[in-house]
Amino acid sequence: MDKRTIAAAVFFSIVAVFLIFGALFMHPFGDPTEDDMDQYIIDNTQSQTGADNGVTSVVFDYRGFDTLGEATVLFTAVAGVILIFRRLKK
Amino acid sequence: MMGMSKIVKTMVSVALPLTLIYGLYIIAHGHLTPGGGFQGGAVVASGLAMLVVSYGSVWTMDRIKEKHLSSLESLGAFGFIGLAFLGLIFGSWFFNNFLLGNEYLFGMIGEGASNINTAGVIPLMNFAVGLKVIAGLFAIVLVMAYATSKKGGDL
Repeated sequence: MDKRTIAAAVFFSIVAVFLIFGALFMHPFGDPTEDDMDQYIIDNTQSQTGADNGVTSVVFDYRGFDTLGEATVLFTAVAGVILIFRRLKK
Repeated sequence: MMGMSKIVKTMVSVALPLTLIYGLYIIAHGHLTPGGGFQGGAVVASGLAMLVVSYGSVWTMDRIKEKHLSSLESLGAFGFIGLAFLGLIFGSWFFNNFLLGNEYLFGMIGEGASNINTAGVIPLMNFAVGLKVIAGLFAIVLVMAYATSKKGGDL
């Protein structure tokens, strides 16, 4: 076996050990330690925003600035792609 | 003949309207059911990418120009930001849900997943973001396909 194979085997063994320990000591599902904000949104999203979909009410109302940044990222990506891939005029 | 074979074109012309209707449904019901502007826009843009793949990018570029798509995307972005600033004007803060509480346009407060006339500016923002995502993703696909197409080639 060459050195690359041995190095890859050691690396993957270390990563696997970390992953297995992480899976063993994982937090129980559906039981977060801090759930004040989630519970607040679940309780108040219908009466405060009027939307039935809580995720959309968070995305477009409670955390509108985050969506603004997301839209800016998409706009920048499209502008960059069009800038690179457009046909130049001769 | 430009594009792929007749079988693929026929299948695309059957599947494309259903995909567009499904994506527009996801956008329009973004405040009631799972989904929203980003997700529905991605569905519609993948349907239009299917059009590019089957009919060829040159055929599509003859009908839809990339600058029109850029204008549509800017329109969506201006709609989104404009709704946020309208919240600053008619309400009291940026991203204020100023339409909530009236009884005409999206003003009602929803009880149960039935009424589409709810949630204030959230459906309008969904429309704006959906338009932006449709135009943006379709412009990316169309421009990349057109730039790599050979002159006189099929695709």
